[in-house]
Amino acid sequence: MYEFKYHRPATVRQAANLLVKNEDAKVIAGGHTLVPVMKQRLASPPHLIDLSHIEGLNAIEMKGRSLVIGATATHADVANSATVREAIPALAELAGGIGDPAVRHKGTIGGSLANNDPTADYPAAVLALGATIVTNKRRLKAEEFFQGLFSTALESDEIITKVMFPLPKKAAYVKFRNQASRYALVGVFVAKRPSDVRVAVTGAGSEGVFRATAFEEALKKRFSHKVLDGITASPEGLNSDLHGSAEYRAHLIGVLTRRAVEAATAK
Amino acid sequence: MAKISLIVNGNAVNANIDPRTLLVQFLRENLRLTGTHVGCDTSQCGACVVHLDGKAVKSCTTLAVMADGHEVRTIEGLAADGAPLHPMQEAFREHHGLQCGFCTPGMIMTAVDLVNRKGHDLSDEVIREELEGNLCRCTGYQNIVTSIAAGAKAMAKSA
Ligand SMILES: Cc1cc2nc3c(=O)[nH]c(=O)nc-3n(C[C@H](O)[C@H](O)[C@H](O)COP(=O)(O)OP(=O)(O)OC[C@H]3O[C@@H](n4cnc5c(N)ncnc54)[C@H](O)[C@@H]3O)c2cc1C
Ligand code: FES
Ligand code: FES
Repeated sequence: MYEFKYHRPATVRQAANLLVKNEDAKVIAGGHTLVPVMKQRLASPPHLIDLSHIEGLNAIEMKGRSLVIGATATHADVANSATVREAIPALAELAGGIGDPAVRHKGTIGGSLANNDPTADYPAAVLALGATIVTNKRRLKAEEFFQGLFSTALESDEIITKVMFPLPKKAAYVKFRNQASRYALVGVFVAKRPSDVRVAVTGAGSEGVFRATAFEEALKKRFSHKVLDGITASPEGLNSDLHGSAEYRAHLIGVLTRRAVEAATAK
Repeated sequence: MAKISLIVNGNAVNANIDPRTLLVQFLRENLRLTGTHVGCDTSQCGACVVHLDGKAVKSCTTLAVMADGHEVRTIEGLAADGAPLHPMQEAFREHHGLQCGFCTPGMIMTAVDLVNRKGHDLSDEVIREELEGNLCRCTGYQNIVTSIAAGAKAMAKSA
């Protein structure tokens, strides 16, 4: 790990000022992506700005018809929150399936979204539920936020402060775990929203999370796994690696979408 | 350098460290608490698990400066020197939950955290699921699971 200076701001405003003032500075939340990457010397920020001590930034609450989750809420906070379990149980389950218990005690929703790992779980939920990402500067819709492999619409001095999830009518997430890393080999989040149906796929796409529109169209007519017979995902644009071929991942998208719809309708 | 003050195993500790110092390094090299092990150094194996404010975390993936102002408990903090072992340690001894012992401190700290969160009556399935982030190269896990189930029950009695 290269040398850096450590800062512990008390407010988002202070953190943002530190980001502007110090060139190439980076924020750190749970550190469960950034610390490993710094250890490998793949990142060498000269300044680290710790968001984890900003009071209230991890708050979870209902605001009208939206579930609002603060950026530094850990995966364990979300998994165990009575508010999340009541509002969007599928989201609590997703958070409870990230990594292992120790990872869930540190990793945060803001860090996961900012990182936009193509095999991460949260991006699928955010895209399928049509969540809004709130930063210190503006509000971003999920579809404008994710911009391909490990990239997002965030500017270098922008900090995610919270994520707003409109409540779906039904939702479920099914993840097929990579047996070694426990990240998603493929994960599918299905949401029946008041206005439409969304199917978001993580782990499979070579450009990160994406929507499976063929499945969405069929489910819009009738939200039942039965309408999915005969619909398949194309392996084009999907990842192929030692963990699974593009064809295998395409097959999993079909299987997991069906399972997710079954799980959502059973609730 | 950065000044930090934290509580480790109930004792106040002050130090001036390079911000790059990992919590596990700080514990092992500065405080000579070598019970916490480094198995992989890549966040996978759980040999380095300690409790930070009462929750299990991987100390190889935590910066010591971020623990400034917080409370850390390591395997050394479970039972005082010479005192009877913590019920979870005793259960591992009794049920042969270790062979080489390298993974054991992390297994035990993870197990105590598990009991704190999920109670004293743990099914094998729950225990195996919760051990997701702890690897053992020796035992084949069977006796670790048995030890944790027994240790969880023993902790209820001693509490
Ligand atoms: C062993 C292991 C297993 C894992 N398994 C899974 C898994 O199954 N599924 C999964 O989805 N993830 C998994 N993860 C990743 C884990 O969820 C990470 O913690 C998470 O992706 C990053 O969150 P963090 O808070 O640790 O971010 P950090 O490491 O602190 O930061 C990550 C990046 O986001 C930026 N950042 C952080 N917070 C903000 C913010 N509020 N605003 C703007 N930028 C910000 C940082 O600058 C950095 O670039 C795993 C990690 C480990 C170590
Ligand atoms: S040494 Fe920390 S997880 Fe392996
Ligand atoms: S007892 Fe040897 S690694 Fe677990």
